[in-house]
Amino acid sequence: MKSLTNALKVRASQGKQFIPDVRGAKPIGFRGLPVISMAPCENGCTACVESCPTTAIELEPFGLDLGRCIFCDQCARLCPQDKVEFTTGYRLASNTAEGLVVREGKSLSPVASTEAIRKLFGRSLKLRVVSAGGCNGCEQEINATTNVNFDMGRYGIDIVASPRHADGVIISGPLSTHMAAALDLCYEAIPEPKLVILAGACAISGGIFEGSPELNRSFLERFTPSLYVAGCPPHPLSIVNGILDLMGHADGKW
Amino acid sequence: MTLITNHANARLTALDELTTHDYHEFQTEMRQRLAGDDRLVSYFGAPSQTDAAPFLHAVFITQNGELVHFRGRGEPGASVASLTSEFPEMHCFERELHEQYGLDMAGHPWLKPIRFEGRDLEQMNEYPFYKLKGKEVHEVAVGPIHAGVIEPGHFRFMCFGEKVHHLEIHRGYQHRGVEKLLLKAPLRRLPPLIESVVGDSAVAYSLTHCRAIEALADLDVAADVERIRAIGLELERVAMHLGGLSGMATDIAYLPGSTSYGRLRTTVINLSMRLCGSRFGRSWFRPGELRFPFTQTHRDDIRKSLELVQHDIAFINKSFTESRTVNHRLRTICHLSKEVALEIGVVGMASRASGLSRDLRTEMRGGVYEEHPIPLVSEPTGHCWARGMVRIREIEASMNWMLAQSDLAHDVDAGTPPQITLRPNCGVVSLEEGWRGEVMQYLETDANGDIAHYKVQDPSLRNWFGMAQAVKNNTIYDFPICNKSFDLSYCGNDL
Repeated sequence: MKSLTNALKVRASQGKQFIPDVRGAKPIGFRGLPVISMAPCENGCTACVESCPTTAIELEPFGLDLGRCIFCDQCARLCPQDKVEFTTGYRLASNTAEGLVVREGKSLSPVASTEAIRKLFGRSLKLRVVSAGGCNGCEQEINATTNVNFDMGRYGIDIVASPRHADGVIISGPLSTHMAAALDLCYEAIPEPKLVILAGACAISGGIFEGSPELNRSFLERFTPSLYVAGCPPHPLSIVNGILDLMGHADGKW
Repeated sequence: MTLITNHANARLTALDELTTHDYHEFQTEMRQRLAGDDRLVSYFGAPSQTDAAPFLHAVFITQNGELVHFRGRGEPGASVASLTSEFPEMHCFERELHEQYGLDMAGHPWLKPIRFEGRDLEQMNEYPFYKLKGKEVHEVAVGPIHAGVIEPGHFRFMCFGEKVHHLEIHRGYQHRGVEKLLLKAPLRRLPPLIESVVGDSAVAYSLTHCRAIEALADLDVAADVERIRAIGLELERVAMHLGGLSGMATDIAYLPGSTSYGRLRTTVINLSMRLCGSRFGRSWFRPGELRFPFTQTHRDDIRKSLELVQHDIAFINKSFTESRTVNHRLRTICHLSKEVALEIGVVGMASRASGLSRDLRTEMRGGVYEEHPIPLVSEPTGHCWARGMVRIREIEASMNWMLAQSDLAHDVDAGTPPQITLRPNCGVVSLEEGWRGEVMQYLETDANGDIAHYKVQDPSLRNWFGMAQAVKNNTIYDFPICNKSFDLSYCGNDL
């Protein structure tokens, strides 16, 4: 009887953990989408470029590539003009790598769906995850998309064990040379038609590992991803919203 | 040996004053210390800045918490005798030295590549697995890609029916060339790179790096900053332990534990996010500065969030530890005895679950953990159950400790990045007890004050072998639980 009372206490304390509206959630404190002001740079100032650990910033015209950005905030801290401001925005995905560049007066290009994707995957999308050199940051956040808080399964999106059951692959990590063959095998095992999704700066650009001779990114020369989710690691809300947009999900409310 | 500074957990020595033995003296001192009361922390190579024979560095910790660091070397191309047969805990270090420097390690019983550094896939496919022969013996190969969302690695089981006789783990799939990249990267790129070596231990890695750079650059850090750093480290520990308990509960299909420990983890990592912008404490700490302010708002937030966790975890723990299914599945499986753990050099949380008391927070002198000791948690039995219980008790200890530290810490403004100039010709050993175990970094500067060598060591390098030992003679379906109970890093091994 005592243990039953305790079990009920556990259940009652759990309450409802899921975020009812993943489109409108407010992750307090999250360092997300940067907004670029129109203020002109000081003459010859390169503080942001020099501070950036992943060469994500270019000047004239100013551009910040979220496919490289690790959201460390260093550029925002060092800019004398407060040109870069990181907000809590978590809609950090795009259909192309170029779409992830934010500029003066231009945010990233929002994710679009297509009629074909909507028709095929709009109500059910099964994904296999391959970590190819991922540090267990992206892996933990991808796992979190299926937990009691983010609960991606309610939209028909599931992470599956076998590539044979999958409609696509989510890749995390900078694509280490030693994972190249396994990634190819996994991708080949997924039945057509299939999607490729990249999660995190490492997968998108090599991120902080860009330039390492131990990477083999040739997979991305052969196959074109449909979705790029920025972050280091990407917030679960960024992943869920990106995928919902790709599926053509109207509001994501539950 | 003259000690220039002794920042808590970092020991800096000028290279020309670092005890340097010839080969025979080195072997003698190694044997004496390995056979004595000192505890081996690391054994690694560093290229000589003048000729081809690498230095062999050894780091020990004495029983009264002193770090001992010395090095030695032989003639270029000369044979180096392996100590593994006498002292099995040397096995992984010698394998790494063989792989990184081509030293022959004569007499090593198990001289296989540890991560296939710089080698191609074909060599990887020819990994010489240990084989058992017999009519009823069969082999089970798993990975590199596993069923769940987890890092890759290959596990090869030799089974007799359902019983595992031998497990060999073949890694290297995650190798990203970290140590080479660390040498090429400008200083500004080092902290985020070091945070990405093992992303679930970003704070432990970042703090180890900070201390090393601060020792090399003569930077002092205020006591309050050290306190806030320790809160960051303990938040990481609590979050990962909660995640580990949730994972263990998932693996034995105990869903109330899986979901309730899981949501408590979310509470803790979201607290980290409100303190520094990242759920994993990324970019929170940098050498010589605190990047985000600490005020009463943060103190209140820490208290509110942790008290909520403390309140709920009491009955969640009760339900977990009293459940018959949990007791039945965890109490008797995958035993790692104290003797074996000691012999093969298991460290950190896993060692404490086998009755050892290896915890740098209580072993080392100096810093916030000496000023305000944190209780040592150790469980004697060494089963999966013990590795769960260590987590449960460490979560409790860390939360109490953090609440006290948070009240003691004064308000701190965000700092500005300091000018960093590294002392030339020095070596610094820096250590931190992360949630998994001890993280070590060794940095060496050349005559210009540039970093000439950067060694990274994760506790996983040593503990993977312990996991493989623990699963022996258990059934193959106990393996996922055993693996989760150790919760080791693939990246940390592969670098």
